[in-house]
Amino acid sequence: MKQAINEKELLQGLAVNDKKAVETIYKENYNMVQSLIINNNGSADDAKDIFQEAMIVLYEKVRSGSFELNCLIKTYVYSVSKRLWLKRLQQLNRYSPPIDDLESAVPVDEDMEDHEKRDAEFEMMNKAISSLGEPCKSLLEAYYLQKQNMQVIAANFGYTNADNAKNQKYKCLMRLKKIFFSHYKNENGNG
Amino acid sequence: MGDTKVLEAVERYIRGEMNPDERLHFENLRKANGEIDELVVEHTLFMQQMNRFGEWKKFRSTLHDVHTDLAEQGKINSARLTGKAKVVYLWKRYKRVAAIAASIAGITTLTISALVWTITPQTAPGELEKLKGKINVIENTTKAQGQEINKVKNKISSSDNTIVYTTGGTGFIIDTKGYLVTNVHVVEGAHNIAVQNGRGEYTAKVVYMDAAKDIAILKIDDESFKPYVSIPYTISRSSGRLAEPIFTLGYPRNEVVYGQGYLSSKTGYKGDTLSCQLELTANQGNSGSPILNKKGEVIGILNGRQKNAEGFSFAIQGKHIYKVLEDLKKDQKKDTLYQRIKLNSRSTISGMEFQQQVEKVEDYVYMVKVN
Repeated sequence: MKQAINEKELLQGLAVNDKKAVETIYKENYNMVQSLIINNNGSADDAKDIFQEAMIVLYEKVRSGSFELNCLIKTYVYSVSKRLWLKRLQQLNRYSPPIDDLESAVPVDEDMEDHEKRDAEFEMMNKAISSLGEPCKSLLEAYYLQKQNMQVIAANFGYTNADNAKNQKYKCLMRLKKIFFSHYKNENGNG
Repeated sequence: MGDTKVLEAVERYIRGEMNPDERLHFENLRKANGEIDELVVEHTLFMQQMNRFGEWKKFRSTLHDVHTDLAEQGKINSARLTGKAKVVYLWKRYKRVAAIAASIAGITTLTISALVWTITPQTAPGELEKLKGKINVIENTTKAQGQEINKVKNKISSSDNTIVYTTGGTGFIIDTKGYLVTNVHVVEGAHNIAVQNGRGEYTAKVVYMDAAKDIAILKIDDESFKPYVSIPYTISRSSGRLAEPIFTLGYPRNEVVYGQGYLSSKTGYKGDTLSCQLELTANQGNSGSPILNKKGEVIGILNGRQKNAEGFSFAIQGKHIYKVLEDLKKDQKKDTLYQRIKLNSRSTISGMEFQQQVEKVEDYVYMVKVN
C-alpha cells in the first residue's frame, strides 16, 4: 500500500518535470533496462537511448492525465523498453534471439502508438523550427518555448524596440505556421 | 502592421491575459468576423502544440542532465563509469578482441609517447601571471630593418613601418567598423599599437580603457582597413554554463593558435566574480583572446593564468564588454562616432562544429603588437 502511494507521488512529480522524481525513477530502473539491452545485443549507448525514450512514453502517459498505471512503474518501463528495443533491432536488421523476460511485461500497444504519433509530430516541429534558420529559430524559441517577453527579447537580440522585434517575430511565425499546418493537414488527411 | 496587432490580441486572448472588458470586446469581434474566429481556432491548436513541444524538449534535457548526474555519482552503471556487472559481461564477450586491442594500444602509446618526448621542444617554465607576450624582435622586423634598429629607437613615435613592436597579445573585432577588444595590460603604456592577422596589418589606437575590468577598446586607425560586412559571433550577456565546451583563438606566437577546453568555474582567481575559470592551456600572448562557446557567443576574454599552474586559465566574462561600451559612450557623449558602435546580435555560427566556427572567426582575431 505504501509503495502504491509512493509510486503515485512519483508519477505526479514526473508529470510536472520535477527533477527529484525523474531522478528517483531513473535511478531505480535504469540498470534493469541496461541489462536487458546489453544482454540482447545492444550497447550502453543503446540502453541510454531506449531508456530515455521509455521515460518519455511514461511522461506522456502521465501528462495525458492518468496516474493509474495498473502496474508498477518498473513493469511499465520494462515493457516499453522491451518493445522499443525489439523495434530498433528490427529496423537495424540486427539478429536478435527472442528476449527472455527478466521481468513480467504488460501490454503497451496503445501507448506505443500514441507515442509514435507524438514523436513524429515533435520531430516535425523540431525540423521545421531548425529549417527557419537564424534569427527566426532563436526568436521563436525565446518567445514560445522560454516564454520571454518581447521587451527582453528585443534587448537580447539587439532590436531597437519591441515593435521591431514583434514584426520580425510575426514574419518568422508565419513561416513556421505554414510549414506546421501543411504537415498537420497531410497527416490528418491521410490518417 | 495590422496583422501583427491582430495576432498579438489573439495570443493574449488564448493565454487568458485579457481583462474582462477586453475579452468581451474580443469575443464580439470574433463572432462578427469569421476570419478572426478561424485564426483563434488555428492559433490555439498551434500554441498547444508549441507548448507541448517545449515541454517535451525540456523533459528531454532533464533526462539528459539526470543521466549525467547519476552516472557521475555512480548511482547507475553507465558507459562512462562501467559498473562491475558490465565489465564482467563485456569481458566475457570481448575477451580476445580486448586482449589484442590492448596490446596494440599499449605498443602505440609507448611509440607515440616516445616520439612526442623526443620531438617536443622543452618549454620554459611558466611563472607568468599576465599572458602578455614578448614578440621576438627579429621575427617582426624585416631583414633590412635589422640594420636600422638604432635609428628606429630614436624616432619611436614616427608611424612609418619601421616600428619595432616588442610585446603583444590578442584582440578581436566587436564592431564591423574596426573596433576591437583586448586586455588593458596588453596595451598599457603603449606608444604605438598595430594589429595583424591574415587580412593584413593595421595601426590602431586605444579609445577606452577600464583597468578594473582589464578591458580595453581599440580602434583600427588605418586608411588601408576595409570595414567588415558582418561579424559571425555575438557577445554573450550571461556568464556561461559550467562545463560548457569552449574554444579560443589567439596569438601566443606569430601564428594563430587554437585552444579548446571547458568552463570549469563561474568565478575566477580567488573567487573573483568579474571573471571565470577555464580548463584551457594558454600562453603568453593569449591575453585578449576571445573565448567562444558552441552557440558562437563570446563568453569571455582570456586574461591570465595562475603562476606555476598549467592547464587552466582565467577569463573576464564577456558580458562586461557591454558595460564598458556603455561607459565609453557616456564618456564620449559628443562624439557620434562612438555612439554608433554596435555589437552584433545574431550569431551566424551557432551550433556549427568548432572547426567550421574557427574558419569563420579567424579573420576577426588579431595579434595586437605594442611598443
